[in-house]
Amino acid sequence: MTKVYISSVIDAPAADVWRVVRDFNALPDWTPFAVESRIEQNQRADQVGCIRNFRLRDGGVIRERLLSLSDYDLSQSYAILESPMPVENYISTLSLTPITDGNRTFAEWQAEFDCPPEREAALMQQIGTGVFLAGLNALKQRFRR
Amino acid sequence: MVQVRQSTVIDAPVDDVWRVLRDFNGHDRWHPAIATSAIEGALPVDAIGAVRRFRLADGGELREQLLSLSDDKHTLTYCLLEAPLPLMGYVATIRLKPVTDGDGTFWEWRSEFRPPEHCREELTALVRDGVYRAGFEAIRRMFGGGGRPPLRSASPTTSPPIDGGEEAPAARSGPSPVPFAGGQEARARPGSFPLPLSGGEVAREARRSGGSSADKFAPPWQGSAQPSSANATTRAIVVERYGGPEVLEVKDIALPSPGPGEVLVRHTAIGVNFIDVYCRTGYFDLLTPPGVPGMEAAGVVEAAGPGVDFSAGDRIAYAGPPIGAYAERRVMPAELLVRLPDDIADETAAAGLLKGVSASFLLHDVHPVRAGQTVLVHAAAGGVGQLLVQWARDLGATVIATVSGDDKARIVERLGADHIIIYTRENFADAVMRITGSRGADVIYDAVGADTFAGSLEALATRGHLVSFGQASGPVGNWDIGRFASKSLTVSRPNYGHFTDTREKLLPHVERFFGMLRQRRLMLEAPTRYPLANAADAHRDLEARRTTGSLILTV
Repeated sequence: MTKVYISSVIDAPAADVWRVVRDFNALPDWTPFAVESRIEQNQRADQVGCIRNFRLRDGGVIRERLLSLSDYDLSQSYAILESPMPVENYISTLSLTPITDGNRTFAEWQAEFDCPPEREAALMQQIGTGVFLAGLNALKQRFRR
Repeated sequence: MVQVRQSTVIDAPVDDVWRVLRDFNGHDRWHPAIATSAIEGALPVDAIGAVRRFRLADGGELREQLLSLSDDKHTLTYCLLEAPLPLMGYVATIRLKPVTDGDGTFWEWRSEFRPPEHCREELTALVRDGVYRAGFEAIRRMFGGGGRPPLRSASPTTSPPIDGGEEAPAARSGPSPVPFAGGQEARARPGSFPLPLSGGEVAREARRSGGSSADKFAPPWQGSAQPSSANATTRAIVVERYGGPEVLEVKDIALPSPGPGEVLVRHTAIGVNFIDVYCRTGYFDLLTPPGVPGMEAAGVVEAAGPGVDFSAGDRIAYAGPPIGAYAERRVMPAELLVRLPDDIADETAAAGLLKGVSASFLLHDVHPVRAGQTVLVHAAAGGVGQLLVQWARDLGATVIATVSGDDKARIVERLGADHIIIYTRENFADAVMRITGSRGADVIYDAVGADTFAGSLEALATRGHLVSFGQASGPVGNWDIGRFASKSLTVSRPNYGHFTDTREKLLPHVERFFGMLRQRRLMLEAPTRYPLANAADAHRDLEARRTTGSLILTV
């Protein structure tokens, strides 16, 4: 089992950041890597079990199922159903925690997955930096005060 | 119910911040509101259930108990036991998370409690600002946020403890006052084997025989003799202040010549016992700095004072107060010495005398064990435990031994225990009842204390006898003896001194112990040796439980 964990501080109240990331269909709106997204079978984006089908900037398609969504804990988790990456049992969680000191947000994005050992380092880099850190950095930019 | 939740980001790696915050007794060194703090009952700071008693800068005293600690999740939870303010049901959690982007630390401090309605706002603000935010600020400064260095020195030379030994917190259930002047490293471990000496009485005993520590350098190890030559000295391990193993320093100290009833002894091997750790940390006030720890050794008489029937060259050993054994030579009252037979090696005596004499009086005087009785020995792989198991078997008893894990189970199995209970896996009282067909044990030897006392009472047979001779896991607390009537139980709390303080009492135990060794009815593990100058290493290993069997210092 490989784990990737990325966290960052976003200079905005957690409720504001949550409003952006809560939408399971909104990756193209706030991340640099997704260009197009839809929810399959016309389901709501906040229906647990719904599947988002999105296309990456490089053309790859990823399908992910929403496993949990909590407006109380400000967290969502999802599993990859299909992707160009050689990962299995991929489960990821994105969560926000308020930082009372300065009314900021502590954002964490993490994943656990299985993969061929020789691909592990590259995948950790790709997911940790190319996806999670890029996503959190985009949020930092967006909320720069 | 009020919930307070505060969080911040510290500009330091999570492991560094955690190292500071996880020390449940370290808050007096970083939180500005806290003046002094000590852990009760000699528990390590990371023992779940440990209680810290601390004093605020404004004088209030509080007690808090550690409920959970996780080094992988970087969280700890604690609750308030006693406080001058009505923070009813206060439970708090500290949680750290790494901020990977910049290698910082997210720190959340939250709590719940039930304040009386009229001071709800006031208490909430106090916890939020006076405790949490003030703590954030102090840690931020500690990790380079500028301003004055927030880490207050724990060294007694620069910052004398406010509630040191003089000001004993009275009417507490804990042992003798705990003047932790030395800092957080100086704590005994639970489960490490204690010696059959109870704090207070032995301490008074030792002080009586030790003389006054007010004389600047005529401290307890000198006995009553007068120096005959102004410059006679000996190399010794001196504790100048309570603290961790590092306070054990090699020094030359004055050596008097033996007075009436005394002999000058040259040590060859010195026993290292857990009570020496308690002396070093100040948990037992047997040692008042500056002092030399140690109360078990073997060696040779170098000179005898008037009226003594020892002469130079006699091989001797001793076990018990007064302290002062961690030295090349010392003066001892002759009546506390035993002669070593030719077939008992110095190292055997130094490593085993205290434990052997203890096992002897526990099995013969405190509770005379008879063939056919069922004997339960707790911490059976410990020093005295190993002897109790073998000796009780030799007396014809059925022996049930409790140990913490498989390695120790193998040790007591080799020693001949009939039944072994791994108490970390099953309830030992239930196991004893199963093994004995619901009858229970006739006698239980328990030096573990707080963790086992209640279970031991349950595991006793009708008219059974609980012999509590130590409290490695803390004091046993208060018990209503009326409850003992349900099984007509006897509970004993023997003190080593009361069974060994005259030659008439001591010698039969020594002879019996040596006899058992001679006939190979008792096996002693070969001791682990350290040079006298490396006493600190011996303490480190003992406290870290890296050793099995006895430790000795060689001269």
